Amino acid sequence: MQAVAIGASAGGLEAIGEVLEALPSDYPAVVILVQHIAPHANDTLARRFQRHCQLPVREAEDKEPLLPGIVFIAPPDFHLMVELELRFSLSREERVNYSRPSIDVLMETAAEAFCSGLTGVILTGASVDGAAGLATIKRLGGRAVVQSPETAEVDIMPRAAIAACPVDAVLGLAEIGPFLARLGYETPC
Amino acid sequence: MTEDAAVLENQRLEIRLLLEAIYQKSGYDFRGYASAHIKRRLDHVRARNSIPSFCEMIRRLIYDAGFFDEILQALSINVTEMFRDPEFYRAVRKSVVPHLKTYPFIKVWHAGCAAGQEVYSMAILLDEEGMRERTQIYATDINPQVLEAARRGIYPLESVRQYTANYQKSGGQASFADYYTAGYESVAIAADLKKNVLFSPHNLVTDGIFGEMNVIFCRNVLIYFGDDLQDNVVKLFLDSLCNGGFLCLGSKESLRFSAHADAFDVVDAREKIYRKRTLRLPAIQGEP
Repeated sequence: MQAVAIGASAGGLEAIGEVLEALPSDYPAVVILVQHIAPHANDTLARRFQRHCQLPVREAEDKEPLLPGIVFIAPPDFHLMVELELRFSLSREERVNYSRPSIDVLMETAAEAFCSGLTGVILTGASVDGAAGLATIKRLGGRAVVQSPETAEVDIMPRAAIAACPVDAVLGLAEIGPFLARLGYETPC
Repeated sequence: MTEDAAVLENQRLEIRLLLEAIYQKSGYDFRGYASAHIKRRLDHVRARNSIPSFCEMIRRLIYDAGFFDEILQALSINVTEMFRDPEFYRAVRKSVVPHLKTYPFIKVWHAGCAAGQEVYSMAILLDEEGMRERTQIYATDINPQVLEAARRGIYPLESVRQYTANYQKSGGQASFADYYTAGYESVAIAADLKKNVLFSPHNLVTDGIFGEMNVIFCRNVLIYFGDDLQDNVVKLFLDSLCNGGFLCLGSKESLRFSAHADAFDVVDAREKIYRKRTLRLPAIQGEP
């Protein structure tokens, strides 16, 4: 199974929606999302993204098995991690980069579980979260994609990610969805 | 340095050995905890102490008496609020309390009670439902330090605003200020609320049943356990509950993936409230 881990902060609601719109209904990879969100937010995020996406979108539950063709979202106020057995686990340990969920926490654990089968995507945001996670993905043989700072509503997060590791592709927002849609059909490394 | 699969595999071996050492040295068994979580927490302690590897942590653990406590504190996550997830408390009032009212006396267990916020929330709820006088609450945790904090029931003043908002949303029937006395920087839970609460150390991994419960609260504790350990602990809860007893998990936890899912009915799927099924004997089958 291939996996795509996407991280976004400020401006992410629109950006993620646009990316998800491009994924086909038979997409063979699992998609995991961290959008920074207020700790007491409810689960409106999944419903919001579902409107843009042909794949089922839902909040990940603890110990839920990762399945291809599903978009899983980190619940508010929990870190979302991937265990080696390809199940999710949640944690309420302290914030990382002022965030819970943290993109770094998702990407670092998913990188260990998927190694070269993982593509990390950093979108718009006013944070440095995700930069260290994306670098881990690269170190373990995965792919790194970053939204071009010029097309990002807030460019701090994309710039931090680009500075942190040799990324494979810097793409305009409109190109990221189609890029990911093609990736899913390539043979796993 | 390249972090290839072999390096990761070696690191996992180091962590397994460290967990074994912790178990043999302290009796605390973290071997069945969720591995991604354990690695992050241990790495946190390692980095903070500038220790080069998990292997070196084993030496430190063996010879430095204070080091285990630092590990225990790092592995014990105690983030919570009073009336955290107000909808959950609404659901308890609506779906659980009416059943509890049919008993002359009830026992409630808060497993993994952290610093006690949930225990006092429940004590308040039961008080408002007129049930506190006939309730024994057991509050347990593996971490003696947080258990002591729970016993004291003193919380930072700045958290009260959130607690109050939660309380109001949870269907609270009085003024939240009735339940604490405020000092300059902190609030103290009213002594009266502690009357029927027994705080006690208990380790869900290594300790057993200590009573027949009507309700067990174990919210955001199972998330730190691996699959097998989760199954064992859910079995412990199953064996600790009376027939028709309630198990309340955290909002993102579920029995869906548990080996014992069939032993429970779902009372509230969204708020993760379950009820132990009444034991039915299997029908006797004729010889083939």
